Amino acid sequence: MNTSNEIKSRDTYGMQNRDEPDGYLRPAVDIYEDSSGIILKADLSGVSRDRLDVQVDGNTLVIEGQTAIDMPKGMEVLYADVGTIRFRRQFTLSNERERDGINAEMKDGVLTLDLPKRAELQPRKIEVIAG
Amino acid sequence: MLNYPSGFDNDVYDQLARMRVQLDQLFGGWGGTSGIRSVAGDTFPAINLGASPTQVDVYVFAAGADPASLDITLQQNLLTVSGGRKIKLPEQAQLYRHERFSGDFRRVITLPEDVNPDEVNASYHDGVLHITVRRREAVSPRRIEVH
Repeated sequence: MNTSNEIKSRDTYGMQNRDEPDGYLRPAVDIYEDSSGIILKADLSGVSRDRLDVQVDGNTLVIEGQTAIDMPKGMEVLYADVGTIRFRRQFTLSNERERDGINAEMKDGVLTLDLPKRAELQPRKIEVIAG
Repeated sequence: MLNYPSGFDNDVYDQLARMRVQLDQLFGGWGGTSGIRSVAGDTFPAINLGASPTQVDVYVFAAGADPASLDITLQQNLLTVSGGRKIKLPEQAQLYRHERFSGDFRRVITLPEDVNPDEVNASYHDGVLHITVRRREAVSPRRIEVH
């Protein structure tokens, strides 16, 4: 069905970022929201704090990271589940968040991003007065 | 058409990626022969394997794994890596995405046959478990004289 010529010319759809020629890996994320704001956790194995880049451009949150693994000289790759060293994922944020309050922590390759909501927008319990 | 939840979003590039995954599944992808112990490509944790003449390097991409739970055994040239990662979500939270694997994992890898099970080292750093195994020295070919 697929001849070897067809396989060679196939693009890596979905792995290619539109602007860059290299392929990116989309990291798996957990996103949840509680009363204080939104919390995002991403698996960025092999990315240390200094190779992590989190940016907010307007309302777009961009998470980028570069894996650094120790490869000895003369090593030949036999098998690779992970084909690229770059992670990237982006999200559109809403206006409710604190402009400058994003907190990022990196531990054992897991990124935890804290996106707090503006104080005045945190849910306030509304008292119901029974009449 | 996909029978399981996937991480694809709805924009054009992801729709093309989703279509490629579906077509791969319909037509058997590369049509290659799978190793008997192989697993699906997106299994957690991902593994990379490299070799040089003197050693074999295994990289296990297990972010956030509990270091105390990591168990590595090498029986001749069969390497088994197991461990666990528990993800605790807060009780009062609204969950939007839960793509990260939570639970116990185990991967079994067949290494080249000349690895030496007595010379294994492992380190866990930034979520990557790096295992190195030295290879036995190749026996040099013995020259046979013809009289």
